[in-house]
Amino acid sequence: MSQESLLEISNLKQHFKTGRHSVIKAVDGLNFNIYKGETFGLVGESGCGKSTTGRTIIRLYDATEGEVYFNGENVHGKKDKSELKKFNREMQMIFQDPYASLNPRMKVEDIIAEGMDIHGLVENDKQRKEKVHDLLETVGLDQEHANRYPHEFSGGQRQRIGIARALAVDPSFIIADEPISALDVSIQAQVVNLMKQLQRDKELTYLFIAHDLSMVKYISDRIGVMYFGKMVELADADELYKNALHPYTKSLLSAIPLPDPDYERSRVRFNYDPSDHDTSEEPEFREVGPDHWVLCTTNEFEHYKKQLATV
Amino acid sequence: MDNHKPSKDLFVPVEKQEGEAEKLSRPSLSFWQDSFVRLRKNVGAMIGLVVLILLAFMAIFGPYMNQYDAYEQDLQRAKMPPKIPVLENISWLGVDGTLSSIKEAETVEAAREKALARFGGDEETITTNVLTEPSGDQLARVEGIQDVYAAKEIETNFWFGTDSLGRDLWTRAWEGTRISLFIALLAALIDMVIGVAYGGISGYYGGRVDNILQRIIEILVGIPNLVVVILMILILEPGITSIIIALTITGWISMARIVRGQVLKLKNMEFVLASKTLGAPDNRVLRKHLVPNVTGLIVINTMFTIPAAIFLEAFLSFIGLGLPTPIASLGTLINDGFDSLQIYPYIMIFPALIISLIMIAFNILADGLRDAFDPKMRE
Repeated sequence: MSQESLLEISNLKQHFKTGRHSVIKAVDGLNFNIYKGETFGLVGESGCGKSTTGRTIIRLYDATEGEVYFNGENVHGKKDKSELKKFNREMQMIFQDPYASLNPRMKVEDIIAEGMDIHGLVENDKQRKEKVHDLLETVGLDQEHANRYPHEFSGGQRQRIGIARALAVDPSFIIADEPISALDVSIQAQVVNLMKQLQRDKELTYLFIAHDLSMVKYISDRIGVMYFGKMVELADADELYKNALHPYTKSLLSAIPLPDPDYERSRVRFNYDPSDHDTSEEPEFREVGPDHWVLCTTNEFEHYKKQLATV
Repeated sequence: MDNHKPSKDLFVPVEKQEGEAEKLSRPSLSFWQDSFVRLRKNVGAMIGLVVLILLAFMAIFGPYMNQYDAYEQDLQRAKMPPKIPVLENISWLGVDGTLSSIKEAETVEAAREKALARFGGDEETITTNVLTEPSGDQLARVEGIQDVYAAKEIETNFWFGTDSLGRDLWTRAWEGTRISLFIALLAALIDMVIGVAYGGISGYYGGRVDNILQRIIEILVGIPNLVVVILMILILEPGITSIIIALTITGWISMARIVRGQVLKLKNMEFVLASKTLGAPDNRVLRKHLVPNVTGLIVINTMFTIPAAIFLEAFLSFIGLGLPTPIASLGTLINDGFDSLQIYPYIMIFPALIISLIMIAFNILADGLRDAFDPKMRE
């Protein structure tokens, strides 16, 4: 895996006004990079701003503050039409709810070909059909499915149609916004394996948003843990699972159930209490170990360093 | 349970059939085909549809089915009762071209005199039946029946009779149906266009635009409909145009509200976001994603608007704010008939029947469509 970063996010903030004086800080100062060819897992509890982060990166929302650089270009900067189109082709998204992400009035062929139509990637109907058939095959569906409507498919099949739609414009970066949370466990593996295979074949980079830690560990190279709009810990997947430092990460890890009765009987859950933190100063995002970042104050920083050294 | 351990050789893996699992057996149907299949199974809605087609056919061709004109007056043949060949032999239908009247008096003779006098005393065309003989407190009741066609020596038949000016009611009733339907369809169409555009803009752009547009609607809704309509009629020349304007001036609001609600819901659906991330411009999102998903509701709402418009038109005509004479509409016909309802009930019954049929048919058809479009009804 090369260490060339594809996406750089610096101090990204996304605040929503909910009233005259109340503001929800959905994303509050994010900093991280995503390297070319890797899968970056983003985890955290419901409502911590994971999806908002994804949607802000792809310009569905305008960022309140901060920058997103994609291939060195500012995503939120002013763009003319052709630049915007180029950007839209480079970055794509897979959505959470397979039942809401496909237009019920459109045929599968038209859903998948929508990107091609918008960007004028095909010259005639025959070519369009061929490309759609190729994409359907890529995601493991039948050619015959092109003439059908979304309601005729199961959740897993729909999600694969969603993936085919994203692939239609040949993106290099895909944001997967909880692509498997709405699926049955047996289907989750199907979709995740498909994504892994596509990554190998097409050299894709993923931002994988999820709250299922076991699945995230399986697919991700690096994992970032979010809590209330802030990144609290970021490390390689193995490192994070072995040496979690931030109490919130520990709490999350302790909540993973395993289908093993002996383990389950002895499993102890840590409850995370935000008031346990050192409040002498504003916490900052610091590199505790190599490529292992934690949100901490100076005191905690020393403490974590020692902790990491003893392992 | 411990002693029952299944041995391993009991488990035979099912042969995995690659490809079979992804097969779909149901025939592929679009939303509209699917809805139509469900609509066809709905007996009520199909009856409504057939009734509407028949009424529309009659509204178009009915006025040309006999030799009379809707506006041709002839006092010689005023207030002729309805007479329809063949059906005239079924007495209880009352379409045999006769008028009847029951008179009471102390004696049978006196009652008979009264009954004869009611129809001008021409004994040749009047038959009298004694219904009850006088006994004690009971008065004698005599029914006089006059064959009006024979009395006036009219050879042709008026299927629905004639009104007080001798105009043929069959022609006028279908002419009126045509005008009423025309007004209602046009009003519903205008309501739909304004409502969809207004609601679509309000919902899609949201924020301040939505805020202003919704406040305007609230003000319009706050003024009683009838006041607006009366003012409109006062300003404008009475006629078809002005009544359409009066109907549409507040009629589009419910459509606008429904469309706005749907657009608000749909525009944050993931398939719309997906289209946006693919770089779709606003007009593509509206055209391909929002409008097709609201169409079902628009159709249903329009189907409910049409009978409401017909009724409002009839109501306005009835209270004298509608179409000026001599234009026939169902409302004006009912208003004419109402004046002599007790003596000549047929003048009002036929247009009243037609308007009831139209309204019931539209309502059950719209109801059936609502069920047909509901994806939860899919089997």
